[in-house]
Amino acid sequence: MFPRIVYESFRRQARRKLLAGIAITLGVAVATAMIAVATDIGDKINRELRSYGANLVVTPQEDTLDVEVGGVNLKPPSDGAFLNEADLPKIRGTFWHHNIVGFSPMLPVTVKINSSQLSAVSSQDVALVGTYFNKSLSFGKEEFSTGVLITHPWWKVSCGDDKESPSCTWPADDSRKVLLGERLAAKLGKKPGDTIEISGRRLTISGILSTGAAEDDQIVAPLSLAQEILGKPGAVRRVYVSALTKPQDALAVRDPKTMTPEVYDRWYCSPYVQSIAYQLQEVIPHSHAEQIRQVAQNEGTVLSRIKGLMLLVTLAALFASALAVSAAMATAIFERRVEVGLMKALGAGNLVVSAIFFAEALLLALGGGMVGFSAGAWLARQIGRSIFNSQISIEPVLFPIIMTIAVFVTFAGSAAAIRRAVKFDPVFALRGEG
Amino acid sequence: MSSGAGALHTPKQVADRRAHGPHVSMFARMLLRAAVLRRRRAASALLAMIVAAAVATAMMNLYVDVQAKLRTEFRNYGANVVIVGKDGQSLPADALAKVESVLGPKTLAVPFSYAVARAHNGQSVVVVGTDFTRARQLNHWWKVSHWPDAPSEALVGMRAAAVVSSQASPNRQPFELTFQGKALQLLPAGMLQTGAGEDSRIYLDQFEFQNWTGVAPSTIEVAANGTAAEVETSIRQLAALLPAADIRPVRQIMEGEANVLNKTRATLYASATLVVLTSALCVLATLIGWVFDRRRDFAIMKALGASERLVNGFFAAEAAALGVVGAILGFFIGIGVAAWIGRVNFHAPVVPRFGVFPYVLAGSVAVALISAILPIELLRRVQPAIILRGE
Repeated sequence: MFPRIVYESFRRQARRKLLAGIAITLGVAVATAMIAVATDIGDKINRELRSYGANLVVTPQEDTLDVEVGGVNLKPPSDGAFLNEADLPKIRGTFWHHNIVGFSPMLPVTVKINSSQLSAVSSQDVALVGTYFNKSLSFGKEEFSTGVLITHPWWKVSCGDDKESPSCTWPADDSRKVLLGERLAAKLGKKPGDTIEISGRRLTISGILSTGAAEDDQIVAPLSLAQEILGKPGAVRRVYVSALTKPQDALAVRDPKTMTPEVYDRWYCSPYVQSIAYQLQEVIPHSHAEQIRQVAQNEGTVLSRIKGLMLLVTLAALFASALAVSAAMATAIFERRVEVGLMKALGAGNLVVSAIFFAEALLLALGGGMVGFSAGAWLARQIGRSIFNSQISIEPVLFPIIMTIAVFVTFAGSAAAIRRAVKFDPVFALRGEG
Repeated sequence: MSSGAGALHTPKQVADRRAHGPHVSMFARMLLRAAVLRRRRAASALLAMIVAAAVATAMMNLYVDVQAKLRTEFRNYGANVVIVGKDGQSLPADALAKVESVLGPKTLAVPFSYAVARAHNGQSVVVVGTDFTRARQLNHWWKVSHWPDAPSEALVGMRAAAVVSSQASPNRQPFELTFQGKALQLLPAGMLQTGAGEDSRIYLDQFEFQNWTGVAPSTIEVAANGTAAEVETSIRQLAALLPAADIRPVRQIMEGEANVLNKTRATLYASATLVVLTSALCVLATLIGWVFDRRRDFAIMKALGASERLVNGFFAAEAAALGVVGAILGFFIGIGVAAWIGRVNFHAPVVPRFGVFPYVLAGSVAVALISAILPIELLRRVQPAIILRGE
């Protein structure tokens, strides 16, 4: 008899059940989407924060002092120590290699440029920086590409005078073409396609580089070319590493030398900027890795603010959907007082009547929850694709959690209404007075 | 039905009181009695309305204010505009004052002047003159063991420290620097660590620096507040005022900020829309139930000869009143919630925006009207007699 009552209730009152079901579906969909977005937002914003550039720098251990004013290095070019270019792919072999978005080596060289356009001086000291643009490398079986396109996303190549054109491009990493900083280009009166004589070599200018920093007064060339000019094959002055990190906490700033083995393992296996720096030092011989505090320190704050905000918004969303589900359930049950009266007049106890309603609520919650979960997953995917251009993945473990929440909220929303419906005097209900 | 109407007063007393009381039109009285007699159902409908309006207000307030809040967070990244003398020359002496006059006193502008001095062992080292109080405010990420408090004290970069101090114990050991034959005794106040170029420099007080080298500031770093367009305007104003200087936006900072801000705003917008829609749904569900529940009132009114217009007007007025009251109460609660979120997450309260109120009010009334009209439309097709018989 019990299943039949429930079944018939769904069959005969399809419209009302549909209304309550829609409310549950929408509520669950919003909750799913918000939880999925909120759990993933940290990772997504972390990637966006990488547009601030590298957060780690690797330098030779016994490096001498930089004597640099206004982007011009006054240090003798051969002075100081170098890192070995051949060690760089090992960066992909660190414990947190999945968190390393990219890296760019830098080799500054001071060069003389001879230019007839320079009226006053016939030759001038200019800094030339050798780097990777988008170099393909391999570590073990893994192929990857890295360079300033990834670590310095604000660098823009144009034809000068703000015109984008396919003829002005980033040079290939094995070419003998260079980029000219925009202020230097303006000073020399050069445009892309021209040649420039640098230390006795005629090089083609492939584009004008604009960075809003010291590089605007410099020449940027493929790393191999800079090494050739300097006469030191395989030399790299410093490496900028862009890594996804976790906001630092009390554990992050502790000295690894003073840790117990368990604490050390936990520290080593957390993507703190400090532990990634430590691991970089391990793989690159004679190196010193340091966080770039301007980038590394601030991203933690911004990240935790945005995560906190999304958490609070998600709570508001969960609250609103719980309320919507409760309201819909309460309305649906309140309308059925006559039915309750009839059942009670025929001798049904409070327990049986409540059980019927709870069984119906459970079915609605499961059905609505399942549809709502899929709809919410789709919604989260849409949000991820349209805002972050990447997938927001739904963890499968979210499904039982969401279903439990859906059933719980539906029960909680129904409970008060069911209690009132059961307590209602059947005589009044049957007479239609309520 | 009003089963409790005569419990405490005899019909005569009630009639008496009504006759002597202030004249209230039948329409208003019906509205009032409906709310009082079914206060439980009315209260639950009102509660739904208040919650929805509160959530909507909080979301809209946050959406507007969060951008400003995040911008202040982004200013911790330091300067977003740099002013340098053209071709490496010094800036005019009044440059800093001019910058501050354009950007207002709340903007941070920090002067820097550079020179290359020699340490005792002949090693070149870059010495920078600056205003420590301002630099400290601008560059939050500088890790400094102790900021200088006397003019002869210097802030020594991590790597520069190894060069200037000959002894193994570099702590508070005075050292000497020479610039074009002029020597200067300095006391290291603390160590500076940034992971960037600052590590190989020595920072001095600007006044002391200028006395020693005669070099005036060549760079002013500015943390300009506001949106990208506002910063752009400030740059143009500065360029007009300081023709001898090159004014450049720091692209790394500006583009990073724009990127993160846009993404966050878009996510918040999507979330706020979802939350507002869900709360509107909640109101809709509650109110439809409430109106549907009163089909007997509807039927009685029609049976007593009320015109269609009057009945519709009655339910619409009731819904509108509910919407207005709910919106007003919900608005203030929502402002409280937004302020609380601001305090918890950003450690600064979200400023209440009363400009949001008309939208919340209009939205609430619209949702309330829709949820009243939908069931009325359904009921209109039914004969009053059928409803009254309880079928």
